[in-house]
Amino acid sequence: MTKLAALLGFGAILLALPHALSFSQQEILVFLTINVLVVASYRLLTLTGEWSLGHVVIMGVGAYASALLSKRLGIYVPAAMLLGAGTAAMVALALSFPLFRMKGFYFLIGSFAAGEIIRLLWKRFREPFGGPKGIKKIDPMPDFDIGVYVFDFFEPISYYYFALAVVGVSLWVMWRIERSPVGLTFHAVHWQDRLAEASGVNVRAYRTLAFVLASGFAGLSGALLAHYIGTINPNSFDVEQMVFVLTWTIVGGTATFYGPILGCVVLTVLNEIVLREAGFEQMRPLIYGLIMILSVLFMPKGLESLVRGALSRRNANRKMTGETEATE
Amino acid sequence: MAPPILEIDELTMRFGGLTAIDRLSFEVERGAIHGLIGPNGAGKTTTFNVVSGFYKPAGGEVRLRGETISGLRMHEVARRGVVRTFQHSTLFAELSVLENALVGTHMSFPPNIFAAMAGVDKANRRAARARAEEALDFFGLSRLADELAGDLPHGHQRALGMAVALAARPDVVLLDEPFTGMNPEETRRMMELMVKIRNTGVTILLVEHDMHAIMGLCDRITCMSFGRLLAEGNPQEIRHHPDVIEAYLGGARHVA
Ligand SMILES: Nc1ncnc2c1ncn2[C@@H]1O[C@H](COP(=O)(O)OP(=O)(O)OP(=O)(O)O)[C@@H](O)[C@H]1O
Ligand SMILES: [Mg+2]
Repeated sequence: MTKLAALLGFGAILLALPHALSFSQQEILVFLTINVLVVASYRLLTLTGEWSLGHVVIMGVGAYASALLSKRLGIYVPAAMLLGAGTAAMVALALSFPLFRMKGFYFLIGSFAAGEIIRLLWKRFREPFGGPKGIKKIDPMPDFDIGVYVFDFFEPISYYYFALAVVGVSLWVMWRIERSPVGLTFHAVHWQDRLAEASGVNVRAYRTLAFVLASGFAGLSGALLAHYIGTINPNSFDVEQMVFVLTWTIVGGTATFYGPILGCVVLTVLNEIVLREAGFEQMRPLIYGLIMILSVLFMPKGLESLVRGALSRRNANRKMTGETEATE
Repeated sequence: MAPPILEIDELTMRFGGLTAIDRLSFEVERGAIHGLIGPNGAGKTTTFNVVSGFYKPAGGEVRLRGETISGLRMHEVARRGVVRTFQHSTLFAELSVLENALVGTHMSFPPNIFAAMAGVDKANRRAARARAEEALDFFGLSRLADELAGDLPHGHQRALGMAVALAARPDVVLLDEPFTGMNPEETRRMMELMVKIRNTGVTILLVEHDMHAIMGLCDRITCMSFGRLLAEGNPQEIRHHPDVIEAYLGGARHVA
């Protein structure tokens, strides 16, 4: 009951939040919402133990596919977004054949190479990808009316609500997957792939499944981004963006579902409040690199470990007080 | 006589220049507890690794109910009914004891992602959980179900390894030194459980250095040394076999 109340309260805060922000802050809120989906999907990928450097490019695949499908074929934007997610998942499936012949460090390098090849294709082929200039004038979300609220996508606030709904549903689906026997098998593959295999788990298939699912959600986030900013090019999905995703994930920690999300939110807020105000915006990659190193050195279990510590202390306190009450 | 359930036929395995298994042949009868013994480095674990599909043999083959299984991948061998444990406690240390056992039920209750998302796999999950709890109960681990597997004492970890394997309801189970790290009392109880398992129709292939346990449990024993078959027979025959005595006295610390 208290959980439900907390959830409702949290939802109300998320709905009210943009009204307390300036226009430019609202825009940042939209990016933050989209990035939450990126890092949450990245964690889904890391559940089976493999870390990829191609995740942002896969996100770009979703962005390009959705942009092209709506622009060239006139497909209704929300449908194009789903198809973009599907395209990203299919590309990941194709990539899984060469990539999952590798493990660990080699997988990391292989995923980076695969991503760069895709980016080269975008640059090289003006038709249909628009070359280095990318795609401009991507169709915006068409406005619609749900009775209680009119979505006018000229306003960041409307796009924020739309993105919030899409990201919320996606997170819920990912959460359900992780809590299911499929999620348990992902963890098993991560911690002891030999024992998992001896228990009849097709380890390769499960690694592929996690990769494909994560890529689908990454593609969806890319599509959300494309139809918001209206312009994408190969540099929108370069390695600098990947470093941001890695930093959010590592600083947040990957042991829990909320860890990477926490990292993304905290660092974005820090970035916007501290760096931008202080005029350090240009140095963001440098500072992110520094934060990543510092957090690996001094907080190897991520921000989530602080939350977990606080939660278990609170539970311990509760138990203690509960016991003293019982003895009294 | 019924045909053997498992046939190891002229099996050879090499690591670079080292021949870890050298044209090894033996058969395991259905429903038997079959011991595989030999001094350290004889090739017992390597034999398990080949039979379970972790390695592909350099020569020879392994047959299960007459069907060749050597060369299949480990999960494919498992799906045909051959499940193994590992010599060094190999568990999902970061998962709970119950979750470890649940992974063992993977083949009997395969997860389905669509059913999971739609929430229509409740019956499947309940059945898997019941099976896992039953396996934990069998090995006396029920009250530890919520502990992290990595936090268990060594003897309990060995038992959990077997619970994970048995939760899969295999036809043949390969146990690699299941009694290491157990005190005599635990070993004795574990031996009783082995007999119980065998009586449910499971065939057990057992690698163990504890000669008391081996002699007390096995219907038949294969002894190997330097990758080769040294002797085969019932416990009485093996105990008094001159080559076996020689191999143990000549090469290793584990004397019966
Ligand atoms: N992966 C490997 N690479 C190279 N050599 C190996 C490998 N695995 C085993 N060996 C070698 O093969 C031989 C047989 O090893 P194996 O582990 O099968 O012995 P074992 O009979 O199980 O011994 P123990 O009783 O000590 O467990 C040893 O000489 C070992 O060093
Ligand atoms: Mg061994």
